[in-house]
Amino acid sequence: MPLDLDTLVTDDGLISREIFSSAEVYARERETVFAKSWLFVGHVSQIPNPGDFFLSTTGEDSVILSRDTKGKVHVFLNSCRHRGMRVCRFDEGNTRRFLCPYHGWTYASDGTLLGVPEFTNGYQGVLDKSQWGLIEPPHLFDFHGMIWVNWDPQAQPFLESLGDMAFFLEDFLRMPDGGIGEWEVIGGVMKWPIPANWKWGAENFAGDFYHGISHASVDQIAISPSGELGRHQSDAVKRPMKLINASIAKGGHSARGRLFEDDYPYTSEYGKYAEVDRYFADAYEKRQQRLGPLARLHGAGGTVFPNMSYSNGRYSIAVWNPRGADRTEAWRWYLVPKDAPEAVKDVMRHYAIRYQGPSGMTEQDDLENWNYAHEACHGNVARKLDFNYQLGRETDDSLLAGWNLPHTTVAAGFTEHNQRGFYRHWQSMLSGGQG
Amino acid sequence: MENVAFQHSLPALVHEVEQFYFLEADMFDEWRLREWLELLADDVRYFMPMTRNVAHNNRAAQFTRPQQDVAWFDDDKQILVARVEQILSGVHWAEEPLSRISHLVTNVRIHAAEGDTVEAGSRFLIYKNRMQSETDIYVGKRRDVLRRTADGLRIAKRTIWLDQNVLLAKNLTTLF
Ligand code: FES
Ligand SMILES: [Fe+2]
Repeated sequence: MPLDLDTLVTDDGLISREIFSSAEVYARERETVFAKSWLFVGHVSQIPNPGDFFLSTTGEDSVILSRDTKGKVHVFLNSCRHRGMRVCRFDEGNTRRFLCPYHGWTYASDGTLLGVPEFTNGYQGVLDKSQWGLIEPPHLFDFHGMIWVNWDPQAQPFLESLGDMAFFLEDFLRMPDGGIGEWEVIGGVMKWPIPANWKWGAENFAGDFYHGISHASVDQIAISPSGELGRHQSDAVKRPMKLINASIAKGGHSARGRLFEDDYPYTSEYGKYAEVDRYFADAYEKRQQRLGPLARLHGAGGTVFPNMSYSNGRYSIAVWNPRGADRTEAWRWYLVPKDAPEAVKDVMRHYAIRYQGPSGMTEQDDLENWNYAHEACHGNVARKLDFNYQLGRETDDSLLAGWNLPHTTVAAGFTEHNQRGFYRHWQSMLSGGQG
Repeated sequence: MENVAFQHSLPALVHEVEQFYFLEADMFDEWRLREWLELLADDVRYFMPMTRNVAHNNRAAQFTRPQQDVAWFDDDKQILVARVEQILSGVHWAEEPLSRISHLVTNVRIHAAEGDTVEAGSRFLIYKNRMQSETDIYVGKRRDVLRRTADGLRIAKRTIWLDQNVLLAKNLTTLF
């Protein structure tokens, strides 16, 4: 039966399970979503020096994030132009050139093809080396140190594609004191498999405030640096607020946060560690002054369409790399403010890694749920049933009125508003729409 | 063996450490995890780095560093207690129902023994099966600092090197 794109995602919040399990949908996603979207590949702090490189991935393609010997940042397809061998086989390092181990074509750190064995005898010197350098995506953008690429020559500029999401992503990238500063990626990027479609992670981070029961076990245990129950350090703040679900129609992005009703005085969120708590108390006061009423919104996380998700409280970035319809390779970067005291970095790092990833006491339960929810889509009866995304259909755009977010709609509380927005955009891209 | 001043003969010490590891493996595999916590010194450090593919001349960067980098585990006793209580809570879905796990420990060697302290190395092979057919196999190396107390040996420090780059399991809910 040919795929009927129009019925996969309906206006009244029903979504076909086939979007997770069908190989045909996945084949189409590769061409219409991943080949045309801006994808996150890494952070400048991972390649501080000329010659530094970090091996990354866009969709299923291996790519090299490289700082050339003159200091310019590049991204290359990690595949030799001769017979496709990976020219870089190290997760990170520093090099002046990439030597292909198969026949020895050699590329400079700026991608130029430098040398070809038997150039004179074999190619009679007529190979035009300038045409056979490493392939670079046509578009690269450095957003406050985050490196993004797009493989579509016709792609919209990054900021246009990001649209209103720039506000939320910039908010995520503010230092704890609300200022602009430098982040550094802590050494080591987590990489692990999820036996489920990539969209489970993307939609969960986009807007799932609803899945509290998933984390019932960790919420009984104090893993937060506040020392109190609840997995988030912000759970220690008991002030009137609304859960904000912001869906950005243009671009399909989503952000979540807590919008407090008042400018409350700092409430200890790192109470187990006096020095660290002082740092965050001081940062909080500065943030209040710097941002004014905007400081009342405390970001929780979100998803930049299609597959980059961030977590404010854990200061981390995840990419849900597709590996077929039924498999994802998750990558996660952890960030700390470069100038923060060591004690602060240490507490942030420990908290993040006991919370997230396959050894994290929170995310383990997400991974189990995504794994087996996905598996249950494959039955011949099951796969024909729709999922229900009808939770919380009321929107209230007055919540962020005056915030200059023209393409954003907002719903408060428990809602699948963001997931619906994510899949509307996903469907429009699958049908040939722009990123 | 480096720097060994034995109170016991070497075979007796190897035997003692092996028996300690086999007891520990039983505690893991029978989910007697609160008993296992008693085998840990209060100041224990439990560390499993992540592993990188690096060039020959960059081997020092092969593993992420303790108390500095990201790691699969970089825990103190408080966190290990929290992990155990979570697993035994009955609502930790990643281990509810509990998996079937077998820890095999082998290649036990004593690297040093001085006063109350023994440094021991071992290899592990852990087989984990959960639900219907979900199966993970973890193979790697451990290096422990064991402390002799009136109650027996206690783990003061454990470093675990898992022989994987991209993790091959979706979750690390087992202890090593
Ligand atoms: S594949 Fe790279 S030189 Fe042949
Ligand atoms: Fe979750």
